[in-house]
Amino acid sequence: MKKLIEGSMAVAESVKRCRPNVVAAYPITPQTHIVENLAQMVADGELKAEFVNTESEFGAASVVLGASAAGARAYSTTTSQGLLLMAEVLYNIAGMRLPVVITCANRAISAPINIWNDHSDAMVIRDSGIIMLFAEDAQELFDMHPQAFKIAENPDIMLPFMVNMDGFILTHAFESVELSDQKLFDEFLPKFNPALKLDPANPITMGTLAEPKWYMETRYKLHETQQEALPLIQKTAEEFKAKFGRWYGGLIDTYRLDDAEIGFVAMGSLIGTLKEVVDDLRAKGEKVGVLKIRSYRPFPKKEILDVCKGLKQLVVFDKSFSYGWGSILQNEMRNCFYGSKHNPMISGFVVGLGGRDIPPSSIIKAYQQTKGKEILDEFVDVNWELVGVRR
Amino acid sequence: MADTIRPKKEKAAVEESLFTSGHRACAGCGEALGAKLVMDAAGPDTIVATSTGCLEVFSTPYPESAWRMPWIHSLFENSSAVASGVEVALKALGRKGNTKIIAQGGDGGTADIGIGCLSGMLERGHEILYVCYDNEAYMNTGVQRSGLTPFDAHTTTSPSGKISFGNQRPKKTLLDIAAAHNIPYAATASVAYPADLQRKVKKALATPGPTFIHLHVPCPLGWGYKAELTLEIARIAIDTGLFPLVEIEWGKVTRVRKITKDKKPVEEYLKPQSRFRHLFASEDGKKELAKIQAIADANIAKYGLV
Ligand SMILES: Cc1ncc(C[n+]2csc(CCOP(=O)(O)OP(=O)(O)O)c2C)c(N)n1
Ligand SMILES: [Mg+2]
Repeated sequence: MKKLIEGSMAVAESVKRCRPNVVAAYPITPQTHIVENLAQMVADGELKAEFVNTESEFGAASVVLGASAAGARAYSTTTSQGLLLMAEVLYNIAGMRLPVVITCANRAISAPINIWNDHSDAMVIRDSGIIMLFAEDAQELFDMHPQAFKIAENPDIMLPFMVNMDGFILTHAFESVELSDQKLFDEFLPKFNPALKLDPANPITMGTLAEPKWYMETRYKLHETQQEALPLIQKTAEEFKAKFGRWYGGLIDTYRLDDAEIGFVAMGSLIGTLKEVVDDLRAKGEKVGVLKIRSYRPFPKKEILDVCKGLKQLVVFDKSFSYGWGSILQNEMRNCFYGSKHNPMISGFVVGLGGRDIPPSSIIKAYQQTKGKEILDEFVDVNWELVGVRR
Repeated sequence: MADTIRPKKEKAAVEESLFTSGHRACAGCGEALGAKLVMDAAGPDTIVATSTGCLEVFSTPYPESAWRMPWIHSLFENSSAVASGVEVALKALGRKGNTKIIAQGGDGGTADIGIGCLSGMLERGHEILYVCYDNEAYMNTGVQRSGLTPFDAHTTTSPSGKISFGNQRPKKTLLDIAAAHNIPYAATASVAYPADLQRKVKKALATPGPTFIHLHVPCPLGWGYKAELTLEIARIAIDTGLFPLVEIEWGKVTRVRKITKDKKPVEEYLKPQSRFRHLFASEDGKKELAKIQAIADANIAKYGLV
């Protein structure tokens, strides 16, 4: 059934169909509609789950940690300040190999306090071991959650999974979404039945102290498993396509990139804008295309190199920044190509921090500036007078 | 021969505690003793969540574990929230049955950094017993001051010095804070009285809803007394009125341990402990003793201990 619904509702409708046993969360803009919708579904008996209102995001993450350790399918959602408050727990969840799924309604970080979209929050837990995918629109979000649970709970993976969605742009926009039946979800997503769980019938100790003799192996395993998740993320997207008939790419996706000379790279909802810009530029004879990074952790290096073989230049549009170093996705893309035979020029623009609008005209302007010329860490549409820089 | 030995062995195995020996606690550790008593009172059908701290560190150095029951450690400040997750998971999965859930942590993990999560757990009404093992400082990190460190105690971050008598604040009123959540049962207990402690654990676990036990567990290393004196020190803490044994049900004090016959001056408690040594080293120090006696007297009056 196709329905015009808010992105947050698409997420809630999807999570409901994934049949979590435990949902724990704390409200924060722009994630609130997701938890409110889930709470209503529980109140109406549509979703048979324990819904826990915690005293903080730190508590919410800890509740889903405990629930997952006890063998429950557990879900939470947050953003920004809430994600940072969860950070200690999320690292712990990854280290304990618990397949919790959380949705992050990506938002800027304070100060100054700002409730609008960028990707700075997600970057804070980038190195935790959590699997991170970015969705492009409401339909992809609806479709990504069952894939998230399926990948996270795979006995060979057992890692937490964070679905990223752009705050407001995706959480609050209404889109027409195909709300697939519960039956399809049940066929696609098996019941969660972990080999180890907290159970008096079979007492185990979880969360031990690992002295220097043991610790490094556990961290190596995190990386190894992330690498093993690469083919599984691809395969799960293909399985999803076979059952549901929808496709957004596996690890990456491309748009008119095959014969392109210059590729635009981004994550999340900006992909939609980039596709439009590409159509416009193509109409004017420019050979451009889009590379969408769908899986950010694990980072699909091989797949990226494969699809970029014919490109002369990549232009990365980043919604996050590492102060004192540079634009994060731009630098990861540059690192990705370092030492490879094919070395396209890579430029990077910082866009949309704290929800600054990113009109197609700004993308086109950046493209015109950088075509054939390397530009790095360039903040787009900044009021330079306000900053105090003469340009 | 073998036949005569075997039954003996089997008997020993049966009597083995759910919190086994062989862990790395210091000799005379009140916390280890407390945990053993709590676990054996709770029984094997119990899931335990423990905060970071001495108890967690000395009992679970991989690949060893002292816990013969399902046990989880996550972080310093979240055992109450982790236990909340375990509880709702068991309910959602239809596995709750009679399984009991205990969350536990040290005084720091409970009264300071973990008090937010604890408050959430108590307020939400989970079927969980929370046990705070109060050794009156952050022992795991080397005896730093916590909100439950007593007045005038020397710790590494509230040292006594030329112009200081150590920790300048009285113990946080943890029992009152827990009881103020209007929970069915909150009590203090001490390793000095094992039977009383175990009765309280059983009572708490038999009571529906969230329950709380504030357990006094002396620490030979951190307090500076001889390892064999743990029970003695714990007992004098009660007899002086500095650690009253009380039970609170739905906000009302329902039972206290009277000290009418045993009542002792605070000096008897303070003197054997090097954390209070500075109080006996000068005339000004001795004036401090009166302040500590006033704290004990206030407890005695508050709970009618005599
Ligand atoms: C967030 C965080 N802050 C600080 C620490 C360091 N730390 C670990 S255990 C501990 C002290 C524990 O004190 P307490 O809760 O009283 O337990 P005890 O060791 O005394 O039994 C501290 C400060 C930590 N692990 N995590
Ligand atoms: Mg302590």
